[in-house]
Amino acid sequence: MRGRTFGVVVIGMVLAGVLFTRLGANQYYYFAAYVILQYVVLATAWNILGGYTGYVNFGTAAFFALGAYTSVVLIKGFAAPLPVLLAAGAAVAGLLGLGIGYLTLRLRGVFFSIATLALAVVLQTMVINWDYVGGARGISVVRPGRLPFFGSYVEFLFAVMLLLAIFAIAVAWWIETSRIGRGLAAIRDNEEAAECMGVPTLRLKLIATTVSGSLMGVAGAPFPYYVTFVEPSSAFNLDYAVNSLAMPMIGGTTTWVGPVIGAILLGTTQQVATVTISSALNLLIVGIILVAFVILAPDGILGLVQRLKGGARA
Amino acid sequence: MVSLDLLANAVVAGILLGGFYAAVSLGVSIAFGLLDVVNIAHPVFVILGSYAVYVTNTAFGLDPIVAGIVFTPVFYGIGVVVYRIYYVSFEKKGQESLRGLVFFFGVLFIVEVGLTLKYGVDYRLVEAQYIGESLRFGPVGIALRLLVPCVVAVLLTLVLYLYLAKTFVGRAIKAVSQDSLALRLMGADPVKVKDVAFGIAIATASLAGALLIMIGPVEPSMNREYIGRVFAVAVLGGMGSIGGTFLAAVIIGVAESLTSTFFGPSWAVAVSFGVLLLALAVRPAGLFGS
Amino acid sequence: MTADGFLEVENVTKRFGGFQALSSVSLHVRQGERFGLIGPNGSGKTTLINCISGTLRNDAGRIVFEGHDLTAVPAHRRTRLGIARSFQIPKPFASMTVRDNLTIPLEYAARAHGVDATEQARAILRLMGLEAKAHAAAATLTQIEMRKLELGRAMAAKPKLLVADEAMAGLSSAEVDDILDILFQLNARGITIIMIEHIMRAVMRFCERIAVLDAGEKIAEGGPEAILANAAVERAYLGQ
Repeated sequence: MRGRTFGVVVIGMVLAGVLFTRLGANQYYYFAAYVILQYVVLATAWNILGGYTGYVNFGTAAFFALGAYTSVVLIKGFAAPLPVLLAAGAAVAGLLGLGIGYLTLRLRGVFFSIATLALAVVLQTMVINWDYVGGARGISVVRPGRLPFFGSYVEFLFAVMLLLAIFAIAVAWWIETSRIGRGLAAIRDNEEAAECMGVPTLRLKLIATTVSGSLMGVAGAPFPYYVTFVEPSSAFNLDYAVNSLAMPMIGGTTTWVGPVIGAILLGTTQQVATVTISSALNLLIVGIILVAFVILAPDGILGLVQRLKGGARA
Repeated sequence: MVSLDLLANAVVAGILLGGFYAAVSLGVSIAFGLLDVVNIAHPVFVILGSYAVYVTNTAFGLDPIVAGIVFTPVFYGIGVVVYRIYYVSFEKKGQESLRGLVFFFGVLFIVEVGLTLKYGVDYRLVEAQYIGESLRFGPVGIALRLLVPCVVAVLLTLVLYLYLAKTFVGRAIKAVSQDSLALRLMGADPVKVKDVAFGIAIATASLAGALLIMIGPVEPSMNREYIGRVFAVAVLGGMGSIGGTFLAAVIIGVAESLTSTFFGPSWAVAVSFGVLLLALAVRPAGLFGS
Repeated sequence: MTADGFLEVENVTKRFGGFQALSSVSLHVRQGERFGLIGPNGSGKTTLINCISGTLRNDAGRIVFEGHDLTAVPAHRRTRLGIARSFQIPKPFASMTVRDNLTIPLEYAARAHGVDATEQARAILRLMGLEAKAHAAAATLTQIEMRKLELGRAMAAKPKLLVADEAMAGLSSAEVDDILDILFQLNARGITIIMIEHIMRAVMRFCERIAVLDAGEKIAEGGPEAILANAAVERAYLGQ
């Protein structure tokens, strides 16, 4: 059942993506779709730690920016190609994830969350003071030349992000349906009881933080080519942290579908609102929707749907 | 001996700054340390306080500190309402840890973006006669815009300390998270006690906001750098100890001031977060906690 | 030490800050035994079993289980070696169904998978009398059902030693008998049981041997009659 839904979503995404490129849409749509897909990756990544394991990460921006700045270094220093950037972004952010995984040894609940927020600020300060990557002023990045099959480089980036989104969802799906996912759920419900029931809690948490971190990093890796000018305030933007936790919260945190629904809904709303209203107002909307959902529909849209179904059956 | 003068000035400025940090952190110490409510939106309420003071100062020329005091009842009311929502939606259901945290994150975002929409991202500041002045003691200069906030913060700390130690409600607040039995014996309703306590915590944000905008210009997203600072202070201060909070704030203030003087201001923000990370990793009970 | 080397607790000491929770406590529990651990509140019973199950690390002394020194062994590996426990305050996996609560230890500790795990879960639920609740959310259970789930989940880990921490607190007399009945059945299957309990009637009926803790020290050990007759035990309970 779950497997079929997963298959349908993946095929649907690929078809929609191909159709999108064949339609020869306006460049703006590629930009917008890229952002939404990037949020699919970030929300899915956040949910592996936050939704499955119950550790709230406020530092999404740190992992994302780490991926982006790893790319900046590799582009500037070695003119590395995109596949290398993706692999390196995933690896470096995954290492940071492993690091915060060890923090969970001592820090539970809110202390962990505050530590991740602190981590983001420390990392941002380091980047601001690092001249090689442009410091506070930022650095511009030149996109590689034209590619075969693609009308423009942005079109290519869109395709890359589509693949990354599918990859992220596949990872989340795999974790969720495997023994690891059940172990993570046990940790979320009661860590002490999980450990006493034979669940290797530390190892599973390290897996969750590493996978979550490296997916966030890989989402940030193509960012320099997307914006062509990277500055700390955009790469470390708090919007990433808010959105990546708001989207799963709105969609539903217990399955891989939730973050995808949340990212597509909230991401699209924001893209439309940015054009039609203003970018500040659209952030206000995100904040209000987040608070409304967390108070009124704590299990997200999926929870609402289940409640409606249950009500119909009863 | 230039560097010694520099050092003396940095330490004095750090102590004054630290006093002010105490004013910003007291609300978190009460909410987080005594009530177990992780209000990461506290700094944004401080910013809200700054804007309330800014508006009355520019419109009516009201003294910033007077304005900050005038607004405390309003902020107290906001605090009670926010706590009520939090209590009914999360604490009562035992979901405070994850969803309650996300709730405050959302509140932070709404207030910040709301302020940005109304006032933009420009820096705002206030006028008062004493703000530009400065005293000199030999090589050490003391700017009044730092000294006045520090003095007010010391007074605020003292008032809160006495309130919690000497009054019936104050003692009930101290007992509310540790010892619900004692509370029941005192005949106090824990939820009402928490109402009052959280109201007071947010009320301090109004005054702290007045101090913040005296020290320097303010813009909405500034609250973020204070999140690490106030939690560093609250954790380091031993969670809920008023005296500990003040000491920890001064330590952070001096550390930041020294960093800023000798390594440059852009590193200063990282100090408190670094201290916080260290404190969390090594000694979660805080320097002055048991 | 003349025991058969099943569970050896040797001079275990635990401090919390300045508070001495356990001072050099030694116990030896034989295979297949029904062992009782009693003592006033705060005497260190729960601290001791936390040290045995691995959720706390003892500061000094050592615990040996079937020849394995457990000092450096994390809690989840101790469970796999055969030490399972229930919690005094039930700690169910609240977001899961009753059956999925059992799936966790079945998969992680007993290494049972797929159909095998489903079968074993069903057998345990039958033993506990929770069959009808298999697909209910764990959070919706009553007090007695929660206690049974707590024991059933520990059972799903396929333990050789089951530590039942106040498994009967807050239950009615009939319900206490119900749980005792289950524990006797488990013991008959060869599982060693350490019972921590305040309900004296249950302890006296169930245990073959009892150790008494007071203020972190073992003050007595012996059969139920000997313990009842022990003056030191009476003092500890009646407070002089």
